[in-house]
Amino acid sequence: MTRNDERMRMLEIENLQAEVAGTQILKGLSLTLNAGEIHAIMGPNGAGKSTLTYTLGGRPGYEVTGGRATFDGQDLLALAPHERAAAGLFLGFQYPVEIPGVSNVQFLREALNSQRKQRGETPLTGGEFLKIARAQADALGLSMDMLKRAVNVGFSGGEKKRNEMVQMGILDPKLAILDETDSGLDIDALRVVGDGINRIMRKPDKAVLLITHYQRLLDYVQPDFVHVLAVGRIVRSGGPELAHELEREGYGAMAA
Amino acid sequence: MTLPLPTRRDEAWRYSDLDALASVWPLAAPERIALGAGERHSRVMIETSGGIVVRDLVIELAAGARLDMHLLNSGARFGRIAIDVTLGSGAEFNLGGVQIGGGEQVLEIITTVRHAAPEATSRQTIRTVLGGQATGTYLGKVAVARAAQKTDSAQSVRAMLLDRTATANAKPELEIYADDVKCAHGCAVGELDARGLFYLASRGLPPPQAKALMLHAFVAEVFADMEDETARETIEAAALAALEALL
Ligand SMILES: Nc1ncnc2c1ncn2[C@@H]1O[C@H](COP(=O)(O)OP(=O)(O)OP(=O)(O)O)[C@@H](O)[C@H]1O
Ligand SMILES: [Mg+2]
Repeated sequence: MTRNDERMRMLEIENLQAEVAGTQILKGLSLTLNAGEIHAIMGPNGAGKSTLTYTLGGRPGYEVTGGRATFDGQDLLALAPHERAAAGLFLGFQYPVEIPGVSNVQFLREALNSQRKQRGETPLTGGEFLKIARAQADALGLSMDMLKRAVNVGFSGGEKKRNEMVQMGILDPKLAILDETDSGLDIDALRVVGDGINRIMRKPDKAVLLITHYQRLLDYVQPDFVHVLAVGRIVRSGGPELAHELEREGYGAMAA
Repeated sequence: MTLPLPTRRDEAWRYSDLDALASVWPLAAPERIALGAGERHSRVMIETSGGIVVRDLVIELAAGARLDMHLLNSGARFGRIAIDVTLGSGAEFNLGGVQIGGGEQVLEIITTVRHAAPEATSRQTIRTVLGGQATGTYLGKVAVARAAQKTDSAQSVRAMLLDRTATANAKPELEIYADDVKCAHGCAVGELDARGLFYLASRGLPPPQAKALMLHAFVAEVFADMEDETARETIEAAALAALEALL
Protein backbone atom coordinates (compact mmCIF):
# COMPACT_ATOMS: atom_id res chain seq x y z
CA MET A 1 0.00 0.00 0.00
CA THR A 2 1.32 3.41 -0.86
CA ARG A 3 1.05 6.23 1.53
CA ASN A 4 -1.51 8.85 0.73
CA ASP A 5 -0.31 12.15 2.06
CA GLU A 6 -3.73 13.71 1.56
CA ARG A 7 -4.93 11.69 4.51
CA MET A 8 -5.36 13.28 7.88
CA ARG A 9 -2.38 12.93 10.16
CA MET A 10 -3.59 11.18 13.30
CA LEU A 11 -0.40 10.75 15.28
CA GLU A 12 2.95 12.24 14.50
CA ILE A 13 5.87 11.30 16.73
CA GLU A 14 9.12 13.09 16.06
CA ASN A 15 12.44 12.20 17.63
CA LEU A 16 10.78 11.21 20.91
CA GLN A 17 13.10 10.66 23.85
CA ALA A 18 11.95 9.44 27.22
CA GLU A 19 13.43 8.28 30.49
CA VAL A 20 12.21 5.85 33.08
CA ALA A 21 13.82 5.99 36.53
CA GLY A 22 16.70 8.03 35.15
CA THR A 23 17.46 5.63 32.27
CA GLN A 24 16.84 6.73 28.73
CA ILE A 25 14.63 4.15 27.03
CA LEU A 26 13.22 5.97 23.99
CA LYS A 27 16.13 7.33 22.00
CA GLY A 28 14.75 9.44 19.20
CA LEU A 29 11.69 7.58 17.99
CA SER A 30 9.80 8.86 14.97
CA LEU A 31 6.57 7.47 13.55
CA THR A 32 3.54 8.84 11.72
CA LEU A 33 0.06 7.31 11.56
CA ASN A 34 -2.65 8.66 9.28
CA ALA A 35 -6.34 8.23 9.83
CA GLY A 36 -7.58 4.95 8.39
CA GLU A 37 -4.28 3.14 8.97
CA ILE A 38 -3.25 0.23 11.11
CA HIS A 39 0.40 0.03 12.06
CA ALA A 40 2.09 -2.87 13.79
CA ILE A 41 5.17 -2.52 15.95
CA MET A 42 7.31 -5.55 16.63
CA GLY A 43 10.58 -5.73 18.46
CA PRO A 44 12.63 -7.63 20.98
CA ASN A 45 11.82 -7.76 24.69
CA GLY A 46 12.97 -4.66 26.47
CA ALA A 47 13.16 -2.58 23.27
CA GLY A 48 10.82 0.08 24.66
CA LYS A 49 7.44 -0.83 23.18
CA SER A 50 5.53 -0.58 26.45
CA THR A 51 7.55 2.49 27.33
CA LEU A 52 6.31 4.10 24.12
CA THR A 53 2.73 3.17 25.03
CA TYR A 54 2.97 4.59 28.54
CA THR A 55 4.83 7.71 27.41
CA LEU A 56 2.11 8.47 24.87
CA GLY A 57 -0.50 7.82 27.56
CA GLY A 58 1.23 10.16 30.01
CA ARG A 59 1.97 7.71 32.78
CA PRO A 60 3.73 9.38 35.72
CA GLY A 61 7.38 8.35 35.85
CA TYR A 62 7.77 8.28 32.06
CA GLU A 63 9.58 11.52 31.51
CA VAL A 64 9.82 13.03 28.06
CA THR A 65 13.27 14.52 27.61
CA GLY A 66 13.04 15.47 23.96
CA GLY A 67 11.00 15.35 20.78
CA ARG A 68 7.31 15.87 20.06
CA ALA A 69 4.07 13.98 19.66
CA THR A 70 1.10 15.54 17.92
CA PHE A 71 -2.28 13.85 18.10
CA ASP A 72 -5.02 15.07 15.84
CA GLY A 73 -3.33 18.46 15.60
CA GLN A 74 -2.78 18.95 19.34
CA ASP A 75 0.37 18.66 21.41
CA LEU A 76 -0.31 15.28 22.99
CA LEU A 77 2.48 15.53 25.54
CA ALA A 78 1.03 18.72 27.04
CA LEU A 79 -2.20 16.95 28.05
CA ALA A 80 -2.92 15.13 31.31
CA PRO A 81 -3.69 11.41 30.89
CA HIS A 82 -7.46 11.87 31.24
CA GLU A 83 -7.38 14.69 28.70
CA ARG A 84 -5.56 12.43 26.24
CA ALA A 85 -8.39 9.92 26.67
CA ALA A 86 -11.01 12.60 26.09
CA ALA A 87 -9.11 13.68 22.98
CA GLY A 88 -9.65 10.14 21.67
CA LEU A 89 -6.61 8.11 22.75
CA PHE A 90 -7.05 4.60 24.12
CA LEU A 91 -4.33 2.41 25.65
CA GLY A 92 -4.70 -1.35 25.67
CA PHE A 93 -2.47 -2.45 28.55
CA GLN A 94 0.00 -5.31 28.26
CA TYR A 95 -0.83 -6.00 31.91
CA PRO A 96 -4.33 -4.68 32.69
CA VAL A 97 -4.50 -3.44 36.27
CA GLU A 98 -6.72 -4.97 38.96
CA ILE A 99 -8.70 -2.47 41.00
CA PRO A 100 -10.41 -4.12 43.97
CA GLY A 101 -13.86 -2.87 44.87
CA VAL A 102 -14.36 -0.68 41.79
CA SER A 103 -16.87 -2.18 39.39
CA ASN A 104 -16.16 -2.19 35.66
CA VAL A 105 -19.51 -0.78 34.62
CA GLN A 106 -19.51 1.91 37.25
CA PHE A 107 -16.05 3.16 36.39
CA LEU A 108 -16.62 2.92 32.63
CA ARG A 109 -19.82 4.91 32.85
CA GLU A 110 -18.06 7.59 34.87
CA ALA A 111 -15.09 7.51 32.51
CA LEU A 112 -17.22 7.80 29.38
CA ASN A 113 -19.33 10.59 30.83
CA SER A 114 -16.24 12.39 32.01
CA GLN A 115 -14.82 12.18 28.47
CA ARG A 116 -18.11 13.44 27.07
CA LYS A 117 -18.12 16.31 29.53
CA GLN A 118 -14.57 17.29 28.58
CA ARG A 119 -15.70 17.31 24.94
CA GLY A 120 -18.78 19.37 25.75
CA GLU A 121 -21.21 16.51 25.07
CA THR A 122 -24.19 15.58 27.23
CA PRO A 123 -23.78 12.67 29.66
CA LEU A 124 -25.39 9.31 28.93
CA THR A 125 -28.12 8.04 31.24
CA GLY A 126 -27.65 4.75 33.05
CA GLY A 127 -29.94 3.06 30.55
CA GLU A 128 -28.19 4.43 27.49
CA PHE A 129 -24.82 3.44 28.89
CA LEU A 130 -25.89 -0.11 29.78
CA LYS A 131 -27.18 -0.65 26.28
CA ILE A 132 -23.77 0.20 24.83
CA ALA A 133 -21.93 -1.81 27.47
CA ARG A 134 -24.10 -4.86 26.88
CA ALA A 135 -23.61 -4.74 23.11
CA GLN A 136 -19.81 -4.51 23.48
CA ALA A 137 -19.64 -7.24 26.12
CA ASP A 138 -21.76 -9.54 23.93
CA ALA A 139 -19.60 -8.89 20.88
CA LEU A 140 -16.49 -9.86 22.83
CA GLY A 141 -18.01 -12.81 24.67
CA LEU A 142 -17.69 -11.29 28.14
CA SER A 143 -20.75 -11.74 30.36
CA MET A 144 -22.50 -8.77 31.94
CA ASP A 145 -21.79 -10.48 35.24
CA MET A 146 -18.08 -10.10 34.66
CA LEU A 147 -18.56 -6.54 33.55
CA LYS A 148 -20.22 -5.79 36.88
CA ARG A 149 -17.35 -7.28 38.87
CA ALA A 150 -14.40 -5.32 40.18
CA VAL A 151 -12.05 -4.17 37.43
CA ASN A 152 -9.96 -7.18 36.31
CA VAL A 153 -10.01 -8.73 39.80
CA GLY A 154 -9.96 -12.50 39.48
CA PHE A 155 -10.07 -12.31 35.67
CA SER A 156 -7.90 -14.78 33.76
CA GLY A 157 -5.21 -13.37 31.51
CA GLY A 158 -7.42 -13.80 28.45
CA GLU A 159 -10.46 -12.29 30.16
CA LYS A 160 -8.44 -9.22 31.05
CA LYS A 161 -7.53 -8.75 27.40
CA ARG A 162 -11.15 -9.18 26.32
CA ASN A 163 -12.11 -6.66 28.94
CA GLU A 164 -9.63 -4.19 27.43
CA MET A 165 -11.40 -4.59 24.11
CA VAL A 166 -14.85 -4.20 25.69
CA GLN A 167 -13.62 -0.96 27.20
CA MET A 168 -12.28 0.15 23.85
CA GLY A 169 -15.65 -0.60 22.27
CA ILE A 170 -17.50 1.40 24.90
CA LEU A 171 -15.13 4.38 24.81
CA ASP A 172 -14.94 4.35 21.01
CA PRO A 173 -11.56 6.10 20.64
CA LYS A 174 -9.99 7.65 17.54
CA LEU A 175 -6.59 6.14 18.16
CA ALA A 176 -5.87 2.89 19.96
CA ILE A 177 -2.41 1.82 21.06
CA LEU A 178 -2.73 -1.86 21.84
CA ASP A 179 0.23 -3.28 23.75
CA GLU A 180 0.36 -7.04 23.26
CA THR A 181 -3.40 -7.40 23.39
CA ASP A 182 -2.88 -10.80 21.76
CA SER A 183 -0.59 -12.30 24.40
CA GLY A 184 -2.33 -14.70 26.73
CA LEU A 185 -5.24 -15.32 24.38
CA ASP A 186 -6.35 -18.79 23.34
CA ILE A 187 -6.97 -19.50 19.66
CA ASP A 188 -10.68 -18.69 19.74
CA ALA A 189 -10.21 -15.58 21.87
CA LEU A 190 -7.56 -14.37 19.45
CA ARG A 191 -10.12 -14.42 16.65
CA VAL A 192 -12.76 -12.73 18.80
CA VAL A 193 -10.33 -9.99 19.82
CA GLY A 194 -9.05 -9.60 16.25
CA ASP A 195 -12.63 -9.24 14.99
CA GLY A 196 -13.27 -6.73 17.78
CA ILE A 197 -10.33 -4.57 16.77
CA ASN A 198 -11.48 -4.59 13.14
CA ARG A 199 -15.08 -3.84 14.03
CA ILE A 200 -14.32 -1.02 16.45
CA MET A 201 -11.28 0.58 14.88
CA ARG A 202 -11.04 -0.17 11.17
CA LYS A 203 -12.67 3.06 10.03
CA PRO A 204 -11.53 5.89 7.82
CA ASP A 205 -11.36 8.33 10.74
CA LYS A 206 -9.50 6.07 13.17
CA ALA A 207 -6.08 4.54 13.54
CA VAL A 208 -4.44 1.71 15.45
CA LEU A 209 -0.93 1.07 16.71
CA LEU A 210 -0.69 -2.64 17.32
CA ILE A 211 2.23 -3.88 19.40
CA THR A 212 2.74 -7.61 19.03
CA HIS A 213 5.33 -10.34 19.02
CA TYR A 214 3.47 -12.67 16.67
CA GLN A 215 2.21 -12.81 13.12
CA ARG A 216 -0.97 -14.64 14.17
CA LEU A 217 -2.77 -11.48 15.35
CA LEU A 218 -1.76 -9.80 12.10
CA ASP A 219 -3.54 -12.58 10.21
CA TYR A 220 -6.78 -11.21 11.67
CA VAL A 221 -5.94 -7.54 11.84
CA GLN A 222 -3.97 -6.86 8.71
CA PRO A 223 -1.60 -3.96 9.17
CA ASP A 224 -0.87 -1.40 6.51
CA PHE A 225 2.62 -0.88 7.89
CA VAL A 226 4.97 -2.88 10.10
CA HIS A 227 7.79 -1.29 12.10
CA VAL A 228 10.62 -2.73 14.10
CA LEU A 229 11.40 -1.04 17.39
CA ALA A 230 14.82 -1.86 18.80
CA VAL A 231 16.77 -0.12 21.54
CA GLY A 232 14.44 2.83 21.73
CA ARG A 233 13.84 3.74 18.10
CA ILE A 234 12.23 2.53 14.91
CA VAL A 235 14.97 0.77 13.02
CA ARG A 236 13.02 -0.55 10.09
CA SER A 237 9.63 -0.04 8.48
CA GLY A 238 7.86 -1.90 5.73
CA GLY A 239 4.62 -3.45 4.60
CA PRO A 240 2.89 -6.55 6.02
CA GLU A 241 5.56 -8.77 4.46
CA LEU A 242 8.06 -7.46 7.03
CA ALA A 243 6.22 -9.30 9.79
CA HIS A 244 6.59 -12.57 7.86
CA GLU A 245 10.25 -11.90 7.34
CA LEU A 246 10.74 -11.26 11.06
CA GLU A 247 8.87 -14.41 11.94
CA ARG A 248 11.22 -16.39 9.68
CA GLU A 249 14.49 -14.70 10.49
CA GLY A 250 14.13 -13.07 13.90
CA TYR A 251 15.61 -9.76 14.92
CA GLY A 252 19.22 -10.94 14.88
CA ALA A 253 19.62 -10.14 11.21
CA MET A 254 18.89 -6.46 11.81
CA ALA A 255 20.70 -5.92 15.10
CA ALA A 256 20.66 -2.22 15.76
CA MET B 1 -14.89 13.69 91.59
CA THR B 2 -12.88 14.99 88.65
CA LEU B 3 -10.36 12.69 87.05
CA PRO B 4 -7.04 14.23 86.16
CA LEU B 5 -6.51 15.04 82.51
CA PRO B 6 -4.75 12.13 80.77
CA THR B 7 -1.17 12.55 79.59
CA ARG B 8 0.74 11.12 76.65
CA ARG B 9 2.03 8.46 78.95
CA ASP B 10 -1.42 6.89 79.02
CA GLU B 11 -1.29 4.47 76.13
CA ALA B 12 -4.96 5.07 75.29
CA TRP B 13 -4.32 8.82 74.90
CA ARG B 14 -0.91 8.67 73.34
CA TYR B 15 -1.87 10.13 69.94
CA SER B 16 -4.74 12.33 71.12
CA ASP B 17 -5.04 16.08 70.86
CA LEU B 18 -4.70 16.74 74.58
CA ASP B 19 -5.12 20.51 74.25
CA ALA B 20 -8.43 19.98 72.54
CA LEU B 21 -9.32 17.43 75.19
CA ALA B 22 -8.51 19.90 77.98
CA SER B 23 -11.10 22.28 76.60
CA VAL B 24 -13.89 19.72 77.09
CA TRP B 25 -12.58 18.13 80.29
CA PRO B 26 -14.05 16.64 82.43
CA LEU B 27 -15.95 14.34 80.14
CA ALA B 28 -19.55 13.37 80.61
CA ALA B 29 -20.18 9.91 82.01
CA PRO B 30 -19.86 7.16 79.38
CA GLU B 31 -22.93 6.06 77.50
CA ARG B 32 -23.92 2.59 78.61
CA ILE B 33 -25.42 -0.07 76.40
CA ALA B 34 -26.46 -3.37 77.89
CA LEU B 35 -28.03 -6.12 75.84
CA GLY B 36 -29.78 -8.94 77.67
CA ALA B 37 -29.39 -12.62 76.83
CA GLY B 38 -30.07 -13.28 73.14
CA GLU B 39 -30.92 -9.65 72.37
CA ARG B 40 -29.88 -8.14 69.06
CA HIS B 41 -29.21 -4.55 68.29
CA SER B 42 -27.62 -2.39 65.57
CA ARG B 43 -26.11 0.98 66.13
CA VAL B 44 -24.95 3.53 63.58
CA MET B 45 -22.88 6.55 64.59
CA ILE B 46 -22.11 9.30 62.13
CA GLU B 47 -19.80 11.97 63.49
CA THR B 48 -19.43 14.53 60.74
CA SER B 49 -19.85 17.80 62.57
CA GLY B 50 -16.80 19.91 63.40
CA GLY B 51 -15.43 20.84 66.80
CA ILE B 52 -14.36 18.45 69.48
CA VAL B 53 -16.17 15.17 69.80
CA VAL B 54 -15.29 12.67 72.49
CA ARG B 55 -17.57 9.66 72.70
CA ASP B 56 -17.20 7.05 75.34
CA LEU B 57 -19.25 3.87 75.22
CA VAL B 58 -19.34 1.06 77.71
CA ILE B 59 -21.12 -1.98 76.40
CA GLU B 60 -22.14 -5.24 77.98
CA LEU B 61 -23.45 -8.11 75.94
CA ALA B 62 -25.06 -10.92 77.89
CA ALA B 63 -24.99 -14.54 76.71
CA GLY B 64 -25.88 -14.88 73.04
CA ALA B 65 -26.49 -11.16 72.54
CA ARG B 66 -25.31 -9.48 69.37
CA LEU B 67 -24.41 -5.88 68.64
CA ASP B 68 -23.54 -4.57 65.18
CA MET B 69 -21.96 -1.13 65.22
CA HIS B 70 -21.02 0.98 62.26
CA LEU B 71 -19.41 4.30 62.67
CA LEU B 72 -18.04 7.15 60.64
CA ASN B 73 -15.59 9.47 62.38
CA SER B 74 -14.82 12.28 59.98
CA GLY B 75 -15.88 15.74 61.01
CA ALA B 76 -14.20 16.75 64.20
CA ARG B 77 -11.00 18.70 64.76
CA PHE B 78 -10.43 16.16 67.53
CA GLY B 79 -12.77 13.20 67.19
CA ARG B 80 -12.40 10.28 69.54
CA ILE B 81 -14.67 7.29 69.84
CA ALA B 82 -13.78 4.95 72.68
CA ILE B 83 -15.59 1.66 73.11
CA ASP B 84 -15.24 -0.81 75.94
CA VAL B 85 -17.16 -4.02 75.35
CA THR B 86 -17.57 -7.03 77.59
CA LEU B 87 -18.82 -10.19 75.92
CA GLY B 88 -20.77 -12.90 77.69
CA SER B 89 -20.76 -16.47 76.51
CA GLY B 90 -21.58 -16.84 72.81
CA ALA B 91 -22.10 -13.09 72.42
CA GLU B 92 -21.17 -11.35 69.19
CA PHE B 93 -19.75 -7.88 68.65
CA ASN B 94 -19.20 -6.49 65.16
CA LEU B 95 -17.61 -3.12 64.64
CA GLY B 96 -17.12 -1.42 61.30
CA GLY B 97 -15.38 1.91 61.58
CA VAL B 98 -14.33 4.47 59.00
CA GLN B 99 -12.24 7.54 59.71
CA ILE B 100 -11.69 10.21 57.11
CA GLY B 101 -9.70 13.32 57.88
CA GLY B 102 -7.57 16.07 56.43
CA GLY B 103 -6.08 19.37 57.53
CA GLU B 104 -4.96 19.07 61.12
CA GLN B 105 -7.71 16.74 62.23
CA VAL B 106 -6.98 14.16 64.91
CA LEU B 107 -9.31 11.19 64.71
CA GLU B 108 -9.23 8.05 66.78
CA ILE B 109 -11.06 4.88 67.52
CA ILE B 110 -10.01 3.19 70.74
CA THR B 111 -11.48 -0.17 71.60
CA THR B 112 -11.19 -2.67 74.39
CA VAL B 113 -12.98 -5.93 73.73
CA ARG B 114 -13.18 -8.21 76.74
CA HIS B 115 -13.93 -11.82 76.00
CA ALA B 116 -15.01 -12.77 79.50
CA ALA B 117 -16.80 -16.05 78.73
CA PRO B 118 -16.49 -18.88 76.19
CA GLU B 119 -17.47 -18.89 72.54
CA ALA B 120 -17.95 -15.20 71.97
CA THR B 121 -17.09 -13.59 68.66
CA SER B 122 -15.71 -10.15 67.93
CA ARG B 123 -14.99 -8.63 64.54
CA GLN B 124 -13.49 -5.21 64.00
CA THR B 125 -12.90 -3.71 60.58
CA ILE B 126 -11.37 -0.24 60.52
CA ARG B 127 -10.51 1.81 57.45
CA THR B 128 -8.88 5.21 57.74
CA VAL B 129 -8.19 7.74 54.99
CA LEU B 130 -5.95 10.67 55.82
CA GLY B 131 -4.72 13.73 53.96
CA GLY B 132 -2.91 16.91 54.91
CA GLN B 133 -1.38 16.76 58.38
CA ALA B 134 -4.18 14.67 59.81
CA THR B 135 -3.60 11.94 62.37
CA GLY B 136 -5.74 8.82 62.46
CA THR B 137 -5.38 6.24 65.17
CA TYR B 138 -6.81 2.86 65.97
CA LEU B 139 -5.87 1.26 69.26
CA GLY B 140 -7.63 -2.00 69.76
CA LYS B 141 -7.09 -4.25 72.71
CA VAL B 142 -8.61 -7.71 72.77
CA ALA B 143 -8.48 -9.29 76.22
CA VAL B 144 -9.34 -12.96 76.45
CA ALA B 145 -9.98 -14.24 79.96
CA ARG B 146 -8.85 -17.69 81.09
CA ALA B 147 -12.44 -18.92 80.95
CA ALA B 148 -13.08 -17.62 77.46
CA GLN B 149 -12.26 -20.78 75.52
CA LYS B 150 -13.26 -20.89 71.83
CA THR B 151 -13.03 -17.14 71.54
CA ASP B 152 -13.10 -16.02 67.94
CA SER B 153 -11.75 -12.54 67.42
CA ALA B 154 -10.60 -10.65 64.36
CA GLN B 155 -9.23 -7.19 63.72
CA SER B 156 -8.64 -5.88 60.24
CA VAL B 157 -7.10 -2.44 60.24
CA ARG B 158 -6.02 -0.52 57.17
CA ALA B 159 -5.11 3.08 56.57
CA MET B 160 -4.54 4.99 53.37
CA LEU B 161 -2.38 8.10 53.33
CA LEU B 162 -3.06 10.64 50.60
CA ASP B 163 -0.15 12.84 51.64
CA ARG B 164 3.21 11.98 53.14
CA THR B 165 2.48 14.52 55.87
CA ALA B 166 -0.44 12.55 57.33
CA THR B 167 0.07 10.04 60.11
CA ALA B 168 -1.65 6.75 60.79
CA ASN B 169 -1.24 4.81 64.01
CA ALA B 170 -2.62 1.31 64.13
CA LYS B 171 -2.14 -0.96 67.08
CA PRO B 172 -4.06 -4.14 67.54
CA GLU B 173 -3.10 -5.64 70.89
CA LEU B 174 -3.87 -9.10 72.21
CA GLU B 175 -3.93 -10.19 75.83
CA ILE B 176 -4.80 -13.85 75.89
CA TYR B 177 -5.17 -16.08 78.94
CA ALA B 178 -7.17 -18.91 77.37
CA ASP B 179 -5.51 -21.54 75.18
CA ASP B 180 -8.19 -22.55 72.70
CA VAL B 181 -8.81 -19.29 70.87
CA LYS B 182 -8.72 -17.87 67.37
CA CYS B 183 -7.45 -14.30 67.26
CA ALA B 184 -6.61 -12.87 63.88
CA HIS B 185 -5.28 -9.42 63.29
CA GLY B 186 -3.89 -7.63 60.32
CA CYS B 187 -2.88 -4.07 59.87
CA ALA B 188 -1.49 -2.12 56.96
CA VAL B 189 -0.78 1.47 56.08
CA GLY B 190 -0.47 2.32 52.41
CA GLU B 191 -1.00 4.76 49.62
CA LEU B 192 -3.36 4.68 46.65
CA ASP B 193 -2.11 2.32 43.98
CA ALA B 194 -0.48 4.53 41.34
CA ARG B 195 -0.96 1.90 38.64
CA GLY B 196 -4.68 1.79 39.34
CA LEU B 197 -4.92 5.56 39.26
CA PHE B 198 -3.17 5.73 35.90
CA TYR B 199 -5.36 2.96 34.53
CA LEU B 200 -8.50 4.90 35.49
CA ALA B 201 -7.05 8.17 34.17
CA SER B 202 -6.17 6.50 30.87
CA ARG B 203 -9.89 5.80 30.46
CA GLY B 204 -10.76 9.45 30.95
CA LEU B 205 -11.24 9.94 34.68
CA PRO B 206 -9.70 13.11 36.15
CA PRO B 207 -7.46 12.37 39.17
CA PRO B 208 -9.92 13.50 41.90
CA GLN B 209 -12.66 11.29 40.44
CA ALA B 210 -10.29 8.35 40.05
CA LYS B 211 -9.12 8.74 43.65
CA ALA B 212 -12.68 9.05 44.92
CA LEU B 213 -13.62 5.78 43.18
CA MET B 214 -10.71 3.91 44.70
CA LEU B 215 -11.13 5.39 48.16
CA HIS B 216 -14.84 4.75 48.11
CA ALA B 217 -14.11 1.11 47.37
CA PHE B 218 -11.59 1.10 50.22
CA VAL B 219 -14.11 2.27 52.83
CA ALA B 220 -17.31 0.75 51.38
CA GLU B 221 -16.15 -2.70 52.43
CA VAL B 222 -16.79 -1.69 56.04
CA PHE B 223 -20.46 -0.98 55.40
CA ALA B 224 -21.13 -3.79 52.92
CA ASP B 225 -22.64 -6.14 55.51
CA MET B 226 -25.16 -3.66 56.94
CA GLU B 227 -28.62 -5.16 56.90
CA ASP B 228 -30.52 -1.89 57.08
CA GLU B 229 -30.29 -0.64 53.51
CA THR B 230 -31.35 2.92 54.34
CA ALA B 231 -28.82 3.22 57.15
CA ARG B 232 -26.12 1.86 54.86
CA GLU B 233 -26.92 4.37 52.15
CA THR B 234 -26.89 7.21 54.67
CA ILE B 235 -23.52 6.37 56.17
CA GLU B 236 -22.00 5.62 52.75
CA ALA B 237 -23.17 8.94 51.37
CA ALA B 238 -21.71 10.72 54.41
CA ALA B 239 -18.41 8.88 53.90
CA LEU B 240 -18.35 9.73 50.20
CA ALA B 241 -18.98 13.40 50.96
CA ALA B 242 -16.11 13.36 53.47
CA LEU B 243 -13.82 11.74 50.87
CA GLU B 244 -14.75 14.24 48.20
CA ALA B 245 -14.01 17.09 50.59
CA LEU B 246 -10.50 15.66 50.99
CA LEU B 247 -9.67 15.50 47.28
N1 LIG C 1 10.03 1.39 35.96
C1 LIG C 1 11.18 1.06 35.35
N2 LIG C 1 12.36 1.19 35.98
C2 LIG C 1 13.52 0.88 35.36
N3 LIG C 1 13.58 0.38 34.11
C3 LIG C 1 12.45 0.22 33.46
C4 LIG C 1 11.18 0.54 34.02
N4 LIG C 1 10.23 0.28 33.11
C5 LIG C 1 10.86 -0.19 32.04
N5 LIG C 1 12.18 -0.23 32.23
C6 LIG C 1 13.20 -0.72 31.27
O1 LIG C 1 12.94 -0.14 30.04
C7 LIG C 1 13.25 -1.04 28.99
C8 LIG C 1 12.07 -1.12 28.04
O2 LIG C 1 10.99 -1.76 28.68
P1 LIG C 1 9.60 -1.96 27.96
O3 LIG C 1 8.67 -2.52 28.95
O4 LIG C 1 9.22 -0.71 27.28
O5 LIG C 1 9.99 -3.05 26.86
P2 LIG C 1 9.06 -3.80 25.82
O6 LIG C 1 9.60 -3.51 24.47
O7 LIG C 1 7.65 -3.48 26.04
O8 LIG C 1 9.35 -5.32 26.15
P3 LIG C 1 8.39 -6.62 26.13
O9 LIG C 1 8.40 -7.12 24.73
O10 LIG C 1 9.11 -7.58 27.03
O11 LIG C 1 7.04 -6.23 26.64
C9 LIG C 1 13.61 -2.36 29.66
O12 LIG C 1 15.00 -2.48 29.67
C10 LIG C 1 13.07 -2.20 31.05
O13 LIG C 1 13.82 -2.93 31.98
MG1 LIG D 1 6.03 -4.54 26.68
